[in-house]
Amino acid sequence: MERIPILRMGRLLLVTIQVDMHDRLAMTLQDDLTNRIVNDRATGVLIDISALDIVDSFIGRMISNTAAMAKILDARTVLVGMQPAVAITLVELGLTLEGVSTALNVELGIKLLQQDNR
Amino acid sequence: MTPGPEAATNVLPLKTDEDVVRLRKQVREQLVALGFSLIEQTKMITAASELARNTLRYGGGGEAHINQVANEGRRGLSLSFIDQGPGIEDVNLALTDGYTSGGGLGLGLSGAKRLADDFVIDTAPGRGTTVKIAKWKIF
Repeated sequence: MERIPILRMGRLLLVTIQVDMHDRLAMTLQDDLTNRIVNDRATGVLIDISALDIVDSFIGRMISNTAAMAKILDARTVLVGMQPAVAITLVELGLTLEGVSTALNVELGIKLLQQDNR
Repeated sequence: MTPGPEAATNVLPLKTDEDVVRLRKQVREQLVALGFSLIEQTKMITAASELARNTLRYGGGGEAHINQVANEGRRGLSLSFIDQGPGIEDVNLALTDGYTSGGGLGLGLSGAKRLADDFVIDTAPGRGTTVKIAKWKIF
């Protein structure tokens, strides 16, 4: 089965989405990430979407839901690398990604997650 | 290839999740060929993705028609999403931000309308749904 790889760096999980995901693949990633937070005792999740040309409402919801689930599991999610055209389109679409922390790139995202590492 | 108002319609099936990905790719290729800016491309592909998902989830599958169009010296891309599903009873309600009949976010139709330049919906209970959107090139 097709899957997006999840890397572990200490207590952080790192996902770089590099393919145009269909909806089932997005749901699989959400499930995988939630399971890995528990199994790897992760305190932070970094999702890199710099390679994504579009984020529609389904992918947006997957990201929001993942962040909400992570929060309940005591992990913080940071979304990094959003392209400007994607940000403009998301706001016009009506999706504001409430509750999701963002950073401009992976480096800043990791810094953000390490700041509140307990 | 010199697309004009008579350019052939490109028909794509919308039966699976993978079809939606294929549609996004095709729409991008056509928008790039027409010389749309990256922001306009992103908006139109996102609108197409929302409507294709609606066709699949709520219309029980259908097809998309992609047409390069010209009107009064303007050029653009027109997309139609056609299903023979249950249709929509209250179009105004369906176009309300946050309204959903299927557990989604309720941004698909209303969001697509905002992201496209033209938006026409033709639907009635038992008659299926056709949504047509267009994006015009700004000179």
